[in-house]
Amino acid sequence: MPEMTDILNALVLFTNFVLIPGIAYGSQLALGALGVTLIYGILRFSNFAHGDVMAFGTMVTILATWWLQSMGVSFGPLPTALLALPLGIAATVLLCLVTDKLVYRYYRAKKSVPVTLVMASLGVMFVVNGIVRFIIGTDDQRFFDGERFIMKAREFKNLTGLNEGLAIKSSQGITVVIAIILVGLLFWFLQKTRAGKSMRAYSDNEDLSLLSGIDPDKVVRITWIIAAALTTIAGVLYGLDKSFKPFTYFQLLLPIFAAAIVGGIGQPIGAIVGGYVIAFSEVLITYPYKKVVTYLVPESWAPESLLQLLGTEYKFAVSFMILVIVLLVRPTGIFRGKVL
Amino acid sequence: MKKLILASALMATAGTQTVHAEDIKLGVFLGFTGAIESIVADMGPAAELAIKEVSDSGALLGGSTVTAVRGDTTCTDSAAATAAAERLITSDKVSALVGGDCSGVTTAALQNVAMPNGIVMVSPSATSPALSTVEDNGLFFRTAPSDARQGEIVADILNEKGVKTIAMTYTNNDYGKGLAESIEKNFTASGGKVSINAAHEDGKGDYSAEVGALAAAGGEVLVVAGYVDQGGKGIIQASLDTGAFDTFYLPDGMVGDALPEAIGPDLNGSYGANPGTDSPGAAKFAEMAEAAGFKSGPFSAESYDAAALIMLAMQAAGSSDSGKLKDKVMDVANAPGEKIFPGELKKALEIIAGGGDVDYVGASAVELVGAGESAGNYRQIAIEGGKVTTVGYR
Repeated sequence: MPEMTDILNALVLFTNFVLIPGIAYGSQLALGALGVTLIYGILRFSNFAHGDVMAFGTMVTILATWWLQSMGVSFGPLPTALLALPLGIAATVLLCLVTDKLVYRYYRAKKSVPVTLVMASLGVMFVVNGIVRFIIGTDDQRFFDGERFIMKAREFKNLTGLNEGLAIKSSQGITVVIAIILVGLLFWFLQKTRAGKSMRAYSDNEDLSLLSGIDPDKVVRITWIIAAALTTIAGVLYGLDKSFKPFTYFQLLLPIFAAAIVGGIGQPIGAIVGGYVIAFSEVLITYPYKKVVTYLVPESWAPESLLQLLGTEYKFAVSFMILVIVLLVRPTGIFRGKVL
Repeated sequence: MKKLILASALMATAGTQTVHAEDIKLGVFLGFTGAIESIVADMGPAAELAIKEVSDSGALLGGSTVTAVRGDTTCTDSAAATAAAERLITSDKVSALVGGDCSGVTTAALQNVAMPNGIVMVSPSATSPALSTVEDNGLFFRTAPSDARQGEIVADILNEKGVKTIAMTYTNNDYGKGLAESIEKNFTASGGKVSINAAHEDGKGDYSAEVGALAAAGGEVLVVAGYVDQGGKGIIQASLDTGAFDTFYLPDGMVGDALPEAIGPDLNGSYGANPGTDSPGAAKFAEMAEAAGFKSGPFSAESYDAAALIMLAMQAAGSSDSGKLKDKVMDVANAPGEKIFPGELKKALEIIAGGGDVDYVGASAVELVGAGESAGNYRQIAIEGGKVTTVGYR
């Protein structure tokens, strides 16, 4: 039998390298996937511009953060970017409403097939992509300030006397708290408010909802506003936790879409579950369990190999694999969304 | 008296040689953008300093001037590097290239452009062992040592520090892979253990999964064979954040002041080595660099030397043609002859013009061995008080 401290060590190790990064990454994906799923559910197309809109919102937030910092404003132990966030959201909402007016509304009025809208969103993606790179450049930007850690690995070791350290970054804590609040607000909005109910009605059956006197323009507007806000927040949280780079945000499109589809596209709850499923599969499949197992089994059984299913360089392949499997086995996703 | 002899010797050669002064162009082919841009910020000016010194001296090939033309290798994008080399050679008509910098793009430019056009390349920083044996028609030289040599140095330093087990991660390209293999071979041969040797991709936002794998394998020290502006930095940051590793070994691509600046005090106590020397040339070069407004950073001495070697070889060949000067590079770089230090290029040109022999020592104690690569002098460094400090030379 392994001793109690060994079990604790194994647990802490697992939490430090799998659980905490997985929860933070999952929350970021979930918020991104919520935006994709809302647009799919109500506007009925897959918005490929999502990742770059995310980059746009984050970029505005970063610029506002720098401006605030130059004015000497700080948010105490919290990152200044949270103060700049409303500005980023406002700019992204504006961007979304303007593109809707200039691009998507035309195709909607013509009742174009969804694939036309998807292609249009691809065009929007390239334009936004270019705007972001033109303004802030292609480089890595770090904009985190304030207290970096809630718990440092070394402090935890000293505190508990365990071999393994547990580190919790402030950005991870902030991510989870904000994600919970946002998801709560969104569900309350969709279930309880008049605007939310009209959105759901519109998503459920467009013609019927129009007959019941729902203003489609208003529904579309609200959808863009919510999606833009969620996207910007997801982008800023990802950037705070990791770093901001336009190309990384473009790449995020894949796990975000995978999350939305796995959960069941068009289903908000599916987006959240999907976000965590994707995040945890990426981490769980690429994590080597050697050290965890070594703590748990008798010394003579200690494994020689790393006990790693897949090298970390194949991380992105995991989202692809899950996407393919879900589309083959259960195309509607976990929560029975619409079939793409 | 000496001056008189020299002057008359010069007159004599001026009379016999039929060289016409020309405007020679040299390509400075380095990664001005991309993975090692912060290092290249000092390498480019270093090469250009040597070029200016020679050009201003008026002593090269009957008073020829030399102009530097920059080309961007991007360090990682072989297609972009090939296109840039193509432009330098076919459109700017450079006589030779100082560069490339990173091993992968250097190999690509050498094979796709320099060899078909018969242009000499002298790289200050491509260190992949594969470049020692690559087919080059005698056109490729480097003032940087091969990583086969660096592997020995790394193993020596780790053994002296009493390290028994290391974890290692390398940037997924020719440089990283070659260096990691060389370190693993040497360290294992000397009785050490490499618990994991895993690649990382540059340019990602998040390295927690990679660090998780490295931490699971464990080790006293993490060897990061990456780039200071890229994934290497991300790996170190994530390792410190999660408490996975406290001490890092930094090979040549990771040595730079940008790293302790970005990471902060947690990096103190880490150590490494990059090509460098305590020869009088290095100190002289550092002064010259400061006067010219740049730092004598990693590979900047090698860049100065690479440019200097090309121009001295031109003088020895009596031609700026790559096909002729390629046979003279080894001659001017090695003994016998009068030792030449940085800032003495004019003297060297005059000696060669007078029929004498030079042994170019330069800023990095150049000694070309094998297929034309530096024998390898390393500067051992430690990070102390948030700065890269020199511990010694080996």
